[in-house]
Amino acid sequence: MRHIISILLENEAGALSRVSGLFSARAFNIESLTVAPTEDPSLSRMTIVSVGSDDVIEQITKQLNKLIEVVKVVDLSEAAHIERELMLVKVRATGKDREEMKRIADIFRGRIIDVTESTYVIELTGNNAKLDAFLDAIDRTLILETVRTGVCGIGRGDRILKV
Amino acid sequence: MVLTGAEILIRCLQEEKVEFVFGYPGGSVLYIYDEMFKQDKFKHVLVRHEQAAVHAADAYSRSSQKIGVCLVTSGPGVTNAVTGIATAYMDSIPLVVITGQVPTAYIGQDAFQECDTVGITRPCVKHNFLVKDVKDLATTIKKAFYLAKTGRPGPVLVDIPKDVTNHKCEFSYPKSVTMRSYNPVTKGHTGQIKKAVQLLLEAKRPMIYAGGGVILSDAAELLKKLVKALGFPITNTLMGLGGYPGTDPQFLGMLGMHGTVEANMAMQHCDVLLAIGARFDDRVIGSPDHFAEQPRKIIHIDIDPSSISKRVKVDVPIVGGVSEVLEDLMKQLELAEAKPDAKALADWWQQIAEWRAKDCLKYKQGSKLIMPQFVIQKLYEVTGGNAFVSSDVGQHQMWAAQYYKFDKPRRWINSGGLGTMGFGLPAAMGVHFANPKATVACVTGEASIQMCIQELSTCKQYRLPIKIINLNNRYLGMVRQWQEMFHGNRYAESYIDALPDFVKLAEAYGHVGMQITKPEDVEPALRRAFTEHKNDLVFMDFITDQTANVFPMVAAGKGLSQMILAEDL
Repeated sequence: MRHIISILLENEAGALSRVSGLFSARAFNIESLTVAPTEDPSLSRMTIVSVGSDDVIEQITKQLNKLIEVVKVVDLSEAAHIERELMLVKVRATGKDREEMKRIADIFRGRIIDVTESTYVIELTGNNAKLDAFLDAIDRTLILETVRTGVCGIGRGDRILKV
Repeated sequence: MVLTGAEILIRCLQEEKVEFVFGYPGGSVLYIYDEMFKQDKFKHVLVRHEQAAVHAADAYSRSSQKIGVCLVTSGPGVTNAVTGIATAYMDSIPLVVITGQVPTAYIGQDAFQECDTVGITRPCVKHNFLVKDVKDLATTIKKAFYLAKTGRPGPVLVDIPKDVTNHKCEFSYPKSVTMRSYNPVTKGHTGQIKKAVQLLLEAKRPMIYAGGGVILSDAAELLKKLVKALGFPITNTLMGLGGYPGTDPQFLGMLGMHGTVEANMAMQHCDVLLAIGARFDDRVIGSPDHFAEQPRKIIHIDIDPSSISKRVKVDVPIVGGVSEVLEDLMKQLELAEAKPDAKALADWWQQIAEWRAKDCLKYKQGSKLIMPQFVIQKLYEVTGGNAFVSSDVGQHQMWAAQYYKFDKPRRWINSGGLGTMGFGLPAAMGVHFANPKATVACVTGEASIQMCIQELSTCKQYRLPIKIINLNNRYLGMVRQWQEMFHGNRYAESYIDALPDFVKLAEAYGHVGMQITKPEDVEPALRRAFTEHKNDLVFMDFITDQTANVFPMVAAGKGLSQMILAEDL
């Protein structure tokens, strides 16, 4: 099953490599990993999407907790949560495709954030499925480049991950 | 007081009451060695290879419950030390490893003797640090000692660039350390402990399985009290030997791949299993699927939550230090009104007696060839079971574990997790520094001993009266055994050709060498070594039966009740 694991860790050099090294050393799977400092600059917040059986996910959270620099670990997918990913897509936008591309972007609530005579860069946020659906909806041959941030997530309501 | 980084480091080690630093100098640590030279509060032990420095510090810790400290230079000093660090990590031994690094401005420039120490060692340390500013040095050292010893112990590495050891700052050593991200649980959950007590008292076929955690937690006395109070059978893992007296009738011997019939069968067929400071590893339970075929309730005490339900699903997990939890468990047991089921227990002991009657460790000592088991038995007799025994890795290690009955903890010093050949001799050195009056034997083989044989020179320098018991079968014995059993007798590269004359080699290093070829000479030679040559290092080269194998054996991937016995072949 797919799990979204949120981690608060000390914002120190090398902390990221401890986490990624742990996943490779123990043959755990990483679908995506995002990390950035929080409002408290001494802490980083990391979101990892992983796929595994309950036993594997239990080991992942235990092993993460064992890392000295990790302050807290939460499996967001255990309860109500929100997940978002940001994607930037550069597409060819000439002739009739130019208008079509704008329309589809609008339908997906995307924004065109860079325009040239022949290209658009479209910014899109949503969960995995929405971003995939957008890519399926446009003519694949027009895609010049895509970049995705990977998932970041947060618990709904009173579920708060804080020190 | 304003001090240089090197002075600060020395002061920190003194504050930590360090007695010995095992190390080897080099370019990046020269300021440190210079400061060390000017003091006499702790001693430095000069090894001949950095791997040995770490093994010696490791065994110093294993045999004394203190933290081992080593000091090596950057680059090759570090890479040589990695085997030792990984060895300590696998067996959860508290070490502080101090490594020199090239000056901060040179880091990342492929400087002479530079390597990414923090990167290379990251997967085999509990934690590591790179100190970039001399102002952080004292706190980092304090943290290193704190992390090494608390929670699940392990090696902690501190990498110090050369310029940092020469920079100055105000020194004060922190009295304590708190880290918001590190708060190991030591006290077990009372509810869980109550559940455990109830399960134990309801058991019909109980079994206790205790590992290295008992020794690390200094809980041997408590464990003995508990086992005596319950009247249950107990087994030890390879790492746990000595955690329960090896000569006690309730002790079923070691379990696992080369465990006794009674220990393995009781493990497989029990209905309640109490696992204490052990981790159900592959050499202990064999195939987890086969192990799970017999239903049983499992209680697992461990300080590391990630060791619980890792390979085997557990019913009552108790996270905490072994000694703290056992103490609480004893209290709960005393409060409980129920007593263990005497009738069921008697039947269970009857069953165990039948397994025991197999006498699975028996072997025949003929008149021509020396059996390796015989040497260990005689070693046990001659030393009165009181020696500290270090070992290398392979058949000799298993025979030492099977035939030397350890009654006390911290006497059996071996590389259990990583299985590092070359561990034995430097480990014996470390044991001697921690226990200068004790008898120290190193059980090894002609292959293992050659992996750190240069340390004979260190032994000469410090006059270490270690007795090396070399079980010389002219083979990589354990490899040969597997090739015989599972690879159609094709002995690929397992024969150690062109062996040195170990007697002359020992003499060349200034020690006493003996070669023993006849069974009747084994005991007299051992007696001579341990009495006449009490104060010498004696290299005893026992030429043993080449065909001897270690039994019982659970083949890799098989289950505990699927043992191969000597009589089966």
